[in-house]
Amino acid sequence: MNQPVPSLIHRSPKTLFPYLFTALFLLAFIDSWRRAGIEPMVLFAAKGRGNVWKFLSGMFPPDLSWNFLSLMFRPTLETIQISFLGTLIAVIIGFPLGLLGTHTLMVRGILNEAELQGVPVRRSLRYAIYFLARGVLSLFRSIPEFVWAFMFVRAVGLGPFPGVLAIGVAYGGMLGKVYSEIFEGVNDRPLEALQSLGANKLQIFFYGWFPQALPNFVSYTLYRWECAVRASAILGLVGAGGLGQQIEISMRMFNFNEVLTLLMILFLMVAGVDYLSARVRAML
Amino acid sequence: MNSRTALKTCETIPLRGGGRGGKFGAKNVLVLAATVALFVWSYRGAEIELTQLFSRDSVQQIVIYIKKLIPPDFSAPVLHGALKGTIETFAISFMGTLMAVGIALSVVFFASRNLIYSGLLYEMEPKQGWKRTARMLPYLAAKSLLNVLRTIPEMVWALIFVFMVGLGSFPGVLALGVHTGGVLGKLFGEVLEDVDTQPIESLQATGATRMQILFYGILPQVLPQFVAYTLYRWEVNIRVAAVLGLVGAGGLGQRIHIAISLFLENQLLTLIIAIYILVTIVDYLSAYLRRKVI
Repeated sequence: MNQPVPSLIHRSPKTLFPYLFTALFLLAFIDSWRRAGIEPMVLFAAKGRGNVWKFLSGMFPPDLSWNFLSLMFRPTLETIQISFLGTLIAVIIGFPLGLLGTHTLMVRGILNEAELQGVPVRRSLRYAIYFLARGVLSLFRSIPEFVWAFMFVRAVGLGPFPGVLAIGVAYGGMLGKVYSEIFEGVNDRPLEALQSLGANKLQIFFYGWFPQALPNFVSYTLYRWECAVRASAILGLVGAGGLGQQIEISMRMFNFNEVLTLLMILFLMVAGVDYLSARVRAML
Repeated sequence: MNSRTALKTCETIPLRGGGRGGKFGAKNVLVLAATVALFVWSYRGAEIELTQLFSRDSVQQIVIYIKKLIPPDFSAPVLHGALKGTIETFAISFMGTLMAVGIALSVVFFASRNLIYSGLLYEMEPKQGWKRTARMLPYLAAKSLLNVLRTIPEMVWALIFVFMVGLGSFPGVLALGVHTGGVLGKLFGEVLEDVDTQPIESLQATGATRMQILFYGILPQVLPQFVAYTLYRWEVNIRVAAVLGLVGAGGLGQRIHIAISLFLENQLLTLIIAIYILVTIVDYLSAYLRRKVI
C-alpha cells in the first residue's frame, strides 16, 4: 500500500539517435543556409524594398475590365479541360499498372497461394511483371509534372496537349501506386468466402475485390483531380496552355494588376472545383 | 431510428455506399451523365484529339525524343553539375520547409478556433461582447493570411520572388517557405482543433492557466502530428524544389531548363536520374524519421 507505484510511462531506451540526429540536422542547416544563398536582408535593402513596393502597389486595383476578363475566359476553361482529360489519362495509365503492381493480386495472398507453390518459373514471371509495373509507376511519379510538361512541349509542341500528357503521366504514376495500396488493403474475408464457394479468380475479383475498392478509388481520383486543376493552372509557365501562360506573360510584362486578377480567377476556380468534388465525394 | 440503421447494416454487406437504393439510382445516373458531359466538353475544348495521341505522327515524335534521351551523359563535368544541383535542391527544400514551419507555428495558434476565442478554454467568458470580438479579429486575420499564402501556387510565388530579390536559390526558398507555410498552417490548425479535450479539462480542473494548458495539455498531443505533417510536406517540397529552377529559382530545375533549351537531351536524362535518386532518398529518410518520432 505504501510502496510507490512504479511509473507506467514508457521510457524509450537510451540510444545515440537524438545526438546523431541533432548533429546531422545542424550540419544540414548550416550547409543549406550557405548553399541556398539565404540573405534575408536582401528583401529589406533598398533595391529589394523598392521591388516589393513596386509589386504590391502595382497589384492594386486588380484589372477587372471586361476587355481583360473576356480574354481570360478561354484560358480558364482550358485549364479545367486540361485537368479533366489529364486525370482521365492518368486513370487509364494508373489502373492497369496499379493492378499489376498489387502484391496480393500478383504474387501472394489467397488468390495465388495454391497455384504458386512449387512452380518457380511461373512465380518468377509473376514477380518480374510485378516489379516492372512498380518500377514504371515509380518512374512516372518521381519525375515532376513540370519536367514532363517541358519534355512534352519539346516532343509534341506548345499548347494544351503537352499539359494533358504531363498530368496524365505524372498523375498516372501516383494513382497507380495508390490504387495498388487500396487493393492491398481490402478485407480478405469476402474473398475467402467467395473462394470457398468455388468462384474463379475473375469472379473473386469482380465480386469480392472491386466493390470494396471502388469507393476509395473514386474518392482518391477526385482528390487527384483537384490537384490536377491546380497543376494545370500553372503548367502554362513552361508553355503548356491554360492560366499559367497568362500569369507568366503578365508577370514578365510587369502588369501586376493583371496578375492579381488571374490569381483571383485561380482562387475562384480552385474553390469551385474543391466544392464540386467534396459534394460528389459526400454522395459516395 | 438507430436500431433500424443497425439492422440495415447487419442485413447487407457493410460497404460504404451500400444500401443506397440500387445501382441505377437517380444520383448515380446524374453523376455519370455529368461526367460524360464534362468529358465531351473537355475533349472538344482542349483542341486535342485522343486519336492524335495514338497517331503514328505523335508516337513517332515521342519515340524520337526518347531515343535522343538515351544514353545518359555520365561524363565528369555533367555528373559534377548534377551533384551540385542535387545538393542545392536539397538545401532549398530543407530551408524552405524550415521557414514554412516557422511561419506556420507563428500563425497557427491564432488560426485555431479553440485556442483563440471559443471552446473549452473560453467557456466562462460571456458569449457576446467586445472581448470576444477582439479575440476573433486575430483569428480571422490569421485564417485569411494562411488562405492567401496557400492559394498562390509555389511556382507563382517563385516568379514573384524572382522579381523581388533576383535570380538564384533564395527566391526558391522564399517561395517554398511561404506557400508551404500556408499549407502547414492549415494542417496544423486542423490538428489543433481536433485535440482531445479530456486532458485539457483535467488540467483546467487543477487550476492551470491557459498558457499552462497549452504547454502541458495541447502541445504534447499535437507535436508528433506536426512533425509527421512537416515531413510529409518536405517530401512534396523536394519535388517542387527540383522544378522551381524552371522559373529561375535555382536548384536542379535551372540545369534542366538549360539542358532542355539547348537540346542537350543526354544531359537532361542524367538530371532526371538525379531527381529520381534524390526523391527516393528523401522519401526513405522521411519515412524513417516518421517511424522514429511517432
